[in-house]
Amino acid sequence: MQRAAALARKGCCPRTAGAWGRRWSSAAAEAPAVLRARRGRILTPESMNPQVRAVEYAVRGPIVLKAVEIELELQRGIKKPFTEVIRANIGDAQAMGQQPITFLRQVMALCTYPNLLDSPSFPEDAKKRARRILQACGGNSLGSYSASQGVNCIREDVAAYITRRDGGMPADPDNIYLTTGASDGISTILKILVSGGGKSRTGVMIPIPQYPLYSAVISELDAIQVNYYLDEENCWALNVHELRRAVREAKNHCDPKVLCIINPGNPTGQVQSRKCIEDVIHFAWEEKLFLLADEVYQDNVYSPDCRFHSFKKVLYEMGPEYSNNVELASFHSTSKGYMGECGYRGGYMEVINLHPEIKGQLVKLLSVRLCPPVSGQAAMDIVVNPPVAGEESFEQFHKEKESVLGNLATKAKLTENLFNEVPGIHCNPLQGAMYAFPRIFIPTKAVEAAQAHKMAPDMFYCMKLLEETGICVVPGSGFGQREGTYHFRMTILPPVEKLKTVLQKVKDFHIKFLDKYA
Amino acid sequence: MALRAGAQSQTARNGIKEKVLTLDTMNPCVQRVEYAVRGPIVLRALELEQELRQGVKKPFTEVIRANIGDAQAMGQKPITFLRQVLALCIYPDLLSSLDFPEDAKRRAQRILQACGGHSLGAYSISSGIQLIREDVAQYIERRDGGIPADPNNIFLSTGASSAIVTVLKLLVAGEGRTRTGVLIPIPQYPLYSATLAELNAVQVDYYLDEENVWALNVAELQRALHQARDHCRPRVLCVINPGNPTGQVQTRECIEAVIRFAFEERLFLMADEVYQDNVYAQGSRFHSFKKVLTEMGPPYAEQQELASFHSVSKGYMGECGFRGGYVEVVNMDPEVQRQMLKLMSVRLCPPVPGQALLDMVVSPPAPSDPSFVQFQAERQEVLAELAAKAKLTEQVFNEVPGIHCNPVQGAMYSFPRVQLPPRAVHRAQELGLAPDMFFCMCLLEETGICVVPGSGFGQQEGTYHFRMTILPPMEKLRVLLEKLSHFHAKFTREYS
Repeated sequence: MQRAAALARKGCCPRTAGAWGRRWSSAAAEAPAVLRARRGRILTPESMNPQVRAVEYAVRGPIVLKAVEIELELQRGIKKPFTEVIRANIGDAQAMGQQPITFLRQVMALCTYPNLLDSPSFPEDAKKRARRILQACGGNSLGSYSASQGVNCIREDVAAYITRRDGGMPADPDNIYLTTGASDGISTILKILVSGGGKSRTGVMIPIPQYPLYSAVISELDAIQVNYYLDEENCWALNVHELRRAVREAKNHCDPKVLCIINPGNPTGQVQSRKCIEDVIHFAWEEKLFLLADEVYQDNVYSPDCRFHSFKKVLYEMGPEYSNNVELASFHSTSKGYMGECGYRGGYMEVINLHPEIKGQLVKLLSVRLCPPVSGQAAMDIVVNPPVAGEESFEQFHKEKESVLGNLATKAKLTENLFNEVPGIHCNPLQGAMYAFPRIFIPTKAVEAAQAHKMAPDMFYCMKLLEETGICVVPGSGFGQREGTYHFRMTILPPVEKLKTVLQKVKDFHIKFLDKYA
Repeated sequence: MALRAGAQSQTARNGIKEKVLTLDTMNPCVQRVEYAVRGPIVLRALELEQELRQGVKKPFTEVIRANIGDAQAMGQKPITFLRQVLALCIYPDLLSSLDFPEDAKRRAQRILQACGGHSLGAYSISSGIQLIREDVAQYIERRDGGIPADPNNIFLSTGASSAIVTVLKLLVAGEGRTRTGVLIPIPQYPLYSATLAELNAVQVDYYLDEENVWALNVAELQRALHQARDHCRPRVLCVINPGNPTGQVQTRECIEAVIRFAFEERLFLMADEVYQDNVYAQGSRFHSFKKVLTEMGPPYAEQQELASFHSVSKGYMGECGFRGGYVEVVNMDPEVQRQMLKLMSVRLCPPVPGQALLDMVVSPPAPSDPSFVQFQAERQEVLAELAAKAKLTEQVFNEVPGIHCNPVQGAMYSFPRVQLPPRAVHRAQELGLAPDMFFCMCLLEETGICVVPGSGFGQQEGTYHFRMTILPPMEKLRVLLEKLSHFHAKFTREYS
């Protein structure tokens, strides 16, 4: 079973010896001699939970640890070929200077310190929202635990949002669960789904490339990762015949039960066509797969030819045979979109066709952690219930929102164009999300050098990029890619001028790199 | 869209297919999880609240949720300074407002400077904002009389619960007879049993001594450990001090004995200290495990592995909804510590507003600060009220024949023992309920008072308890205690 698991993971996240073997340069200095005469610890790398040990999460992995080291060196005045480290590794818009939405922060401040409800500096519509939220909280305070499923009226607002978004298709607040970021919801659902042993261990189908929360949770739960490859030649399209191939192979060594889709895609940025979503739903129905639809980038669609279609909506429009039967969980978050409120850890999931007893189990599991952060729930409420035309704050809100999204769309196009001018880099269109995932051609000599350093070739590339330019991106090996291909994921979040500089530097570096290892 | 031709028809007779995810196909470990604090009795309480709202007549006009340690839900006011700083962090425009004191503004600016993009909306590093971890380290140093704390050994978390789960996750390994065993107190806070069930670890119960104010006896630890070695590999010892649900505050001697025991028997110590600010009894004092460990000197100080937990949910703050907390690890293997950080990084970071609140908790206004006087007054008031309610609860319950309540030395709960007549026990069994669950359900249906049966926390066989919080406002608490006492008398008569 372990071997089968290793086979399933192969080609996605190769276990390079260097990966977590790197030591902090400053921490854990060797103990003085007197303490070396100590007995062994109880909790060691050998005795710890092997599943946890197997977990990898590249977005905050070795390259980021290196970036932090370099930042500390810069702070200490050590000379580098650059003056700052650019953290283009993580989808954190506000860390890169994006401003929070004023209305959202006003409502949050009012909820946090209700004395402000008497202040003339806050608009009435913000106060109204704040009062509504507080009334729904225990003791009228954000400081109380909420129900484990989340504050009732917020779940109602989420349901109303979904109904509007999906053209009137009703959503039931009882199917809505507020969560600590989308990650929490995804992890919880996967936890409930994983069972069986040996060849009947639950298999979870995930896209390659994927957002490595999925592989990390699968590792931790000792489930079986089943890779299906997105089609790079076709804008990272999802092909059902590839899904079929993957599930057929998987059935030899596990029990595939779950199909995860990320739409819009991370790291790839593709936005699935409606037809594709229908095909996927039909496939899930046919193969009896529980569908997870990670839709956290639903507000981040840039390409004029693309539109976001929610899995829920498409499912329902496909008629009762599907809408009564396919089990679906859809996820959203306050971290992305135009809000970028990552630090609040707000999110929700909507579950469709879950067995009532499973819903009971779900609430029970969530109850052990009591509740998601109430301030994050409040943030989610504003996201799903923003100012509407006619309200005092609408104009400013709308302006800010459009500005952020317009900016992101510009940067998406800019990034795609610039990367495609570089020989040896090919970047698919950034239809949505927040990242570029360009393919890089790494010369054989560089591949060999990487192997000598016991690193994946794109990790080697990214480390060199970091050391020479201060730009921190995440190697494609952290997300998975076809064997023999190399990529990196870079965010499009730095401000336009900085982004242009960053792209130029990457271009210059790449050309130099190709030259060096020709 | 019409059904495609050639598609397998998996339609059952009634047109609905069998689901992928059912009780039979779900994770069996999750199925075993129970968490009484929000369990069946609370679900029933919710139903009753719903019925009341719908106008259904009941013998009571409101449901009193005395089941959960949520102070603000029961009317406790948040500490002004904390909320001022947080509001300033959330909406920095307020920094130019005349309505906020200078020290609150200074604190907010300091925190914002330490955030990515100077915003609470950015992810922090996975162990929490560096500056805040430094402040936590300094708090621990001050608390522990100068014993140094290293910010690198401090990890902020989403409430103490998430850190407790993370550490347990690291510790659980092996299979069959080598599966990790975790010693937990009985009665315990059921996060522990729930997590052990989820992780498929082996729960090893050690009984607190009810006859002796819920004391922790090393002899009992020995007994539990030796029995456990037959069927698992015990590696962890969990202690909750001050105790939940029991409220006992461990003496220093006891803590030393526990540390010695853990060291001798090679057990990783987990010290749940979220109630460290909630100590009421005159003769009791909070002693942190870290402090005692360090003062015991070698070999304990340098070698005993320890993780200590704290939270913003309890104390005088009661900021449950913000999910703030931290864990301090002592003598942890550096590579394991890296693994822990890696595990935390998958969830990115704990909520930043919770981190900011924690910062205020560990570095409150100093005597020279403008907000000091009000802060102190509010803090003292909350703690004094809690102390008074602790005493009142103990007294009233002990006046009731058939109820015995140990002194509530700390925390936020009473955990009285109730005598239940044999006929009631029998009736409960007929209904398939634990006898104290039956008692609590009847209490709820007749009085609207929601408490959690002792069976949800664990207790000696044949004994019955319930856990009730001391959090309702004083006058309401008085009424509650009276109603409960009357109910118990009635119940006893009814089933005699």
